[in-house]
Amino acid sequence: MINQVFFFYFSAVIVATSVMAITRRSVMHGVLYMLLLFFHIAGLYLFLNAEFISAVQIIVYAGAIMVLFLFVIMLLNLRDDIKKRQFIATWPMGLLVSSGILMIILMAMLTIKTGTQGQWGIAQIERLTHTVAIGTVMYTQYLFPFEVASLVLLVAIIGAMVLAKKRIK
Amino acid sequence: MVPCNWYMWLSAIVFCIGMFGFITRRNIIIMLLSIEIMFNGVNISLVALSHYLEDLAGQVLVFFIIAVAAAEAAIGLALVILLFRNKETITVDDLNELKG
Repeated sequence: MINQVFFFYFSAVIVATSVMAITRRSVMHGVLYMLLLFFHIAGLYLFLNAEFISAVQIIVYAGAIMVLFLFVIMLLNLRDDIKKRQFIATWPMGLLVSSGILMIILMAMLTIKTGTQGQWGIAQIERLTHTVAIGTVMYTQYLFPFEVASLVLLVAIIGAMVLAKKRIK
Repeated sequence: MVPCNWYMWLSAIVFCIGMFGFITRRNIIIMLLSIEIMFNGVNISLVALSHYLEDLAGQVLVFFIIAVAAAEAAIGLALVILLFRNKETITVDDLNELKG
């Protein structure tokens, strides 16, 4: 019972803040609603026994990505852009398309068949602690994708610096 | 106990809200924010399935998705700065130079 009350609270806030984030005229307000959204998603992860992912969500999304967005918004002078029309002229068509795809996904979920249970049950994760368990999987089974992810981050660092630096003639 | 389906519905709803934002807003920063919302919708579904199927592969995948989202945000915002420096606007409908 208490589980469901918490789930309804978190899902209501997640849906409400994501709608608010994409409909606000001011970009700054949108980013602050996104911050609230990320904290509630982290709460939902805690609820699913994923402590490490929850901490990464707060540190990386709320701490790094949103601060990056805030810095860029403060760097740009958006006074003229805010006065313009914010939605495209045919936005009802966008609403139709996205709600149609939502219907398709929900219909597909009615016929979903889940696979076999894995070996990382709640008792084993509790015995090892969650971070050790996820590290064991990540550094053995998924070592190569981990290295590729580090390469992607390196490319992003160099690319962002090369793109955003001032051209010196 | 909360059934797994509820998490999947929530994930689908959040994904579609993000998609609506991406295809209807004209502000390029809000479009990037919508992409982050879509990533988060997928992440909810992956963590929920990982918990209910007792397999940690889903959470490792979420970790990689967060890394890719960080890279994407850095590159995207660098492009936004470059765009604003050249055109003085970030409204995508005003960036129609290739339009004949």
